[in-house]
Parts: sequence; C-alpha cells; structure tokens
Amino acid sequence: MTGADTSAGAGALLLRIDAVEKRFGGFTAVDKLSLDIKAGEFFALLGPSGCGKTTLLRMLAGFEAPDAGRILLDGEDIAAVLPHQRPVNMMFQNYALFPHLSVANNIAFGLRREGLPRKEIKARVAEMVALVRLEGLEKRKPDQLSGGQQQRVALARALARRPRLLLLDEPMAALDKKLRESTQLELMALQKRLGTSFVIVTHDQQEAMTVADRIGVMNAGRLEQVATPRRLYEAPATRWVAEFVGDVNMLEGRVERRDGGRLIVATTAAGEVTVAAPSQPSAADEICIAIRPEKIRLSLRGPVDSAAQAGALNRLNGTVTDIGYLGGSTSYKVKLDSGALLTATMANIAKLDVDAYHVGQHVVAWFSPDDCVVLER
Amino acid sequence: MSGRPIFTRPARLAAIAPYLWMALFFLVPFGFVIKIALSQTAVAQPPYIPVFDLTAGWAALKASFAALAAENFRLIASDDLYLSSYLRSLGVAAVSTSLLLIIGYPIAYAMARLPRGWQPVAMMLVIIPFWTSFLIRIYAWINILQHDGLLNQMLLTLHFVSKPVVWLSTDTAMYIGIVYSYLPFMVLPLYATLAKLPASLTEAAADLGASPLRAFWSVTFPLSLPGIGAGVLLCFIPIVGEFVIPDLLAGSDSLMIGQTLWLEFFTNRDWPVASAIAVVLLALLLIPLLIYERVQRRQLEGRR
Ligand SMILES: Nc1ncnc2c1ncn2[C@@H]1O[C@H](COP(=O)(O)OP(=O)(O)O)[C@@H](O)[C@H]1O
Ligand SMILES: [Mg+2]
Repeated sequence: MTGADTSAGAGALLLRIDAVEKRFGGFTAVDKLSLDIKAGEFFALLGPSGCGKTTLLRMLAGFEAPDAGRILLDGEDIAAVLPHQRPVNMMFQNYALFPHLSVANNIAFGLRREGLPRKEIKARVAEMVALVRLEGLEKRKPDQLSGGQQQRVALARALARRPRLLLLDEPMAALDKKLRESTQLELMALQKRLGTSFVIVTHDQQEAMTVADRIGVMNAGRLEQVATPRRLYEAPATRWVAEFVGDVNMLEGRVERRDGGRLIVATTAAGEVTVAAPSQPSAADEICIAIRPEKIRLSLRGPVDSAAQAGALNRLNGTVTDIGYLGGSTSYKVKLDSGALLTATMANIAKLDVDAYHVGQHVVAWFSPDDCVVLER
Repeated sequence: MSGRPIFTRPARLAAIAPYLWMALFFLVPFGFVIKIALSQTAVAQPPYIPVFDLTAGWAALKASFAALAAENFRLIASDDLYLSSYLRSLGVAAVSTSLLLIIGYPIAYAMARLPRGWQPVAMMLVIIPFWTSFLIRIYAWINILQHDGLLNQMLLTLHFVSKPVVWLSTDTAMYIGIVYSYLPFMVLPLYATLAKLPASLTEAAADLGASPLRAFWSVTFPLSLPGIGAGVLLCFIPIVGEFVIPDLLAGSDSLMIGQTLWLEFFTNRDWPVASAIAVVLLALLLIPLLIYERVQRRQLEGRR
C-alpha cells in the first residue's frame, strides 16, 4: 500500500516487478503486485503460509509465467527468457539436491552447464565448498548429510554460478532454532561479502527482521507494506501489518478532536486516549490505535499526575489477570476497568521487577501518545 | 540392552512366512525337478528311473540315489539343438526387452507428467487388457496379422503396400506379440519410479542452466535406473522362458528354449531331458538376478 522505503540498501535498480498477476483457475495467487529490488540488496518477502510468496519467486525464476504484468531485470523484460537462461538462481524450499550426485558434483552441476573448463570448475567448487564450510564432505551424497549440511550444499550450488539475483525459498524452515539463528547471521555476512542481491521468502518475522535490509509484507497475493524492519515494526502502514508483525494491542475508537499535534480519541475499550497525529492525516474518523506491548508500562500508582493531565501520558486503570514469565521479560495481561484486555511486556531488569506484580493486583497502565500508531480500521 | 527378543512371536512368524512359502512351493518342487533331471528315461509310469520309493526301505533308497547321473546335462551340452535354443531365447528376450524399454519409457514418462487426477486413469488403461485372457488376446493378434487381417487391409487401403504382407509365422509377429503382452510389466515399474521423482529436481536442473534435454539425461534418467532395472528383469526373465507367443506367432524353423522343453516333455515324453533343460534355464536366469541384487545392495550401502 505504501511506497518503497528509500533509506536502506542504496544501489542501482536490479529487478522491477510491475503489476504482476498469477491466477490458478479462479484463484488469484499473486494480485497486481509491484516491487523494485536494488542491486546488492537483501530483501525479505514476509507473509503467512499460502499468501503467494513461493508463486512470486517461481515467476522470478521462470517456472511460472505471469498472467499479467512484467518482470524487468536490468530494464529488460524477461518474460520470454527460459529458466535455464536466466541469470537468476534459486535455492529451493526442500533444497532439491540431486540425490545421485556427490556434494562436489551437485555444486559443479551449474558450472558444467556453463561449459567452463575442468580446472576452473574444480577451483570454483573448492571455493564454494570453503565458502559454506563443507570441507571434507565433497564426496558425500546428499542423504549422507545432516539437514544443516544439506542446506549449505543447496546454498553453494545456487551461488556457484554467481547469479545477479539469488532467490531463497524458506531456506531455514527445516533447521532447528539454534542452527537457524547462526545460519541467519552467516547468510547476512555472505550476502554482504558477495554483494549479490538476495530475495528471501519466509513466514518467520524474526528471520525477516534479522537478515533483511527491507521487508515486503505479503497478504493474500498483495504487498501490504514495503519498509525497513524498523519502520515495519514502529510504523506499520495497515492494521493487518501491525497485527502480523509482532504483538500489538488494538484500541478501536473515533477521533473526538484535534489538539495541536495530538488527536483525542474516544476508544470503545479504554475511554479517552491521546495519540500523536499521523504525519499523513487520514480522512476517516473511525480509526484504531496500535500500541506494542513493550511500550506500555505498569506501575502501582499512576505516574506524575500533571503529565497525564497535560495529555503527555495516557493512564488506564486495571487489574493484572495473567502473568507470563519469559526470562528476560515478563508479559502481563491487564483487564481494564472498562473490561478490555491489554498486554504489557516489561523487561526484567532487576529482581524487584519480577516480584512487583501479582495476579489480582490493581495497576495503572501508561503509555506515551508518541508510541501509538493510528491506523484505519 | 536386555536379552529380550526384538520380535514378538506373531511378528517372527510373519517374518519367516515368505521363506516357508518359498521352501514349500519353490524349493521342494525344484528338488523334484533336479531329481528327475538326474534320472534316465524309461517306458514306464512315471516315464523315468529310478523312482524313489520310501516304503522300499533304506537300502533301496540308497541304491536309487546311486543310480542318479548327470547324463542329461552332458547331452544338453553336446547337442547344438539345445544350445541354439538357449541362444535364441536369450536373443529374443534381449531384443524384446530393448524394444519394450524404448516404447515403455516414453509412455511411463508421459504418465508421470499427467495431472495428478489423470494418472490413475492412465494406469487403468495400461492394466485393462489384463481383464481379457492372455490367450484370447494372442489369438486376436493372429486375426489382425493374418493374410486378409486388419493390418494388411489398413496398409492396402492407405496404399503403403500393393499386396498383402506376410506377418504371421515371422519373428516380426512374435516381437509384436511379446512387446504387446509385456508392455505393462515395463511401464508400471518405470512409472512408479518416475512418479516418485519430485518435480523440483528438474526445476533445479533448469535453474542451474540445464536445457530440458540435458536435465533429462543428467537427472531424470539416472534417477530412473532402479525402475529400468526392475522393468528389464520383469520382462527379460519370463520372455526367455516364453512358450505360447513364439509357438502361435513365430515360424517353426528355430525354437525358443520353452518350445524345445515342451517338445521334449510332451512329444518325446523325455521328462529327464526336459527337466535338465529347465534346471539349466533357471541357472541362466539367476545370473541377471544376482547382478541386479548386487547393484542394488551396493546402492543401498552407498546411501549409508
Ligand atoms: N500450481 C498450483 N495450482 C493451483 N494452486 C496453486 C499452485 N501453486 C500455488 N497455488 C496456490 O496459490 C496460493 C499461494 O501459494 P504459494 O505461493 O505456494 O504460497 P506461500 O509460498 O506463500 O506459502 C496457495 O493458496 C496455493 O494453494
Ligand atoms: Mg512457500
């Protein structure tokens, strides 16, 4: 919905996806989607399962033809270019390693098709093996490798031809959490070193946030928002994005009046709430307010009354109904006096913080108008 | 680890059941065949000696054993008739199996590429001929191939030939019959292997710069070798021993080993020689089976 964010991954335009559409029967998998990818950029496509991420990637690789729209690589329409002639490589969701070929031959497969001389192929394979740290496993067959090793072979095989653009379809979905986190960091370092543009598909927002310069959030075949991880989290463009990326409290209401840079909103669940007016004021009066749980603080008594009265703070009274201890932080469910539920997450900085609240305790939940995001309903 | 057995009693029984079956219905009858192969013909009932008589006592049984001799095998080795029959059988089987592979592979490949919903339909089409008796289908071929049969009528109408071609009692007719009859045995194992290959493998090959033809030879074909092995064995072995099709469709100037065996057994009433032929045939057919088994085992070990 919003335009591209220009703050990250500066580089020349590499790929332009222009109003691309893909239908399967009556079902629209990708719906007039437009997107620009810059050279050297690490871009993540984030969205729930079935939203069309793989379909979009397969159109970029050439396995599916768009029903409408254009895909331009370096300014040239690649609609007619067959998959085996595109300077684009893909790492498949299930790796798709050739089971009858050794690790070295899997990696060499693409190089042989290029008709490189034997010696150069050997050198390039050795380089790739070193790049993904698979030394000593060159002669193994794929089913003699662990999941993490298979994943690295797939990566090396896709990178061996030095593509302009590498497409990665849920490359870490099959790895366990620890391995996934270290692999994410390795992947980032690798991408920075090679300078290749990466487009990674994932349904894991943590992963997208960690690795990507920019994230495109997809929903039902459309891009909801394209932005840096930080903007995506702090300034979601739509209610759907706010709810999909991270946890959020939503308060529905209508704008009562305007007070300088502030909006006074009458919420159905929490009475009057003061919020910072959005930079692009929307015409709608019926809005909702999004507040991240970690932006809400609890205390036993309300903070500085004068600040609250001046509209510098929102204060809501309620009762703690549930406490979820998460180690580094604790998540509190607070039932407001009006009946609505809020979630507040607070860091456990000192032992005191952990012991401060118990279920049934009356608390004041407070948050700054600047931490609220105003969204259309 | 405790010393408890891994299998429960019913599971153990299930595990040895196939061996019991093999012992009862293959090894025991084969033992009889070997015994007859080592006997001599006789004008008697049964038409060979010695006959083991369990009621005659231990000494008589021992004498019978001593009377067994490998005479019939020497005969088979010395007479060109048998050697040429064996060679013809192997030759016919090799040619037929090659034809079957060449025809069956594209069929299986196309089946595996059909939309999922159509694949069972295609499979039915391959299997449906089995619903008619094999013999009737071969007779139908006689009808098609005879002098004024369907094939000649068609060729004449289309002006491909000016006078009817002789099909019946030729090797061509026999190959048509064999290829027709054994096609499902080639297609089904090939299809099973090809259908299991994930489409992402050929896509990955294309992604890495392989043209469709290159992707086929580098990825699909090597990965379908187990299916080729199974299909070749399933066709080659029974074709070597084939009797009915060459008897009904081929000429009578050279015989396959199955026909020679039939002649010895029914026309000459020489059970011992017929049995010896069967034993040698089995030994011959064990060779490709053992090779296949070894290759498979090596593949399995490579996996580990
Ligand atoms: N070949 C196809 N035929 C029919 N429907 C398909 C096909 N490929 C994908 N779809 C449908 O398109 C939608 C998007 O699929 P996909 O791109 O794989 O989603 P994602 O990768 O985001 O999970 C899904 O609803 C899926 O069922
Ligand atoms: Mg997917």
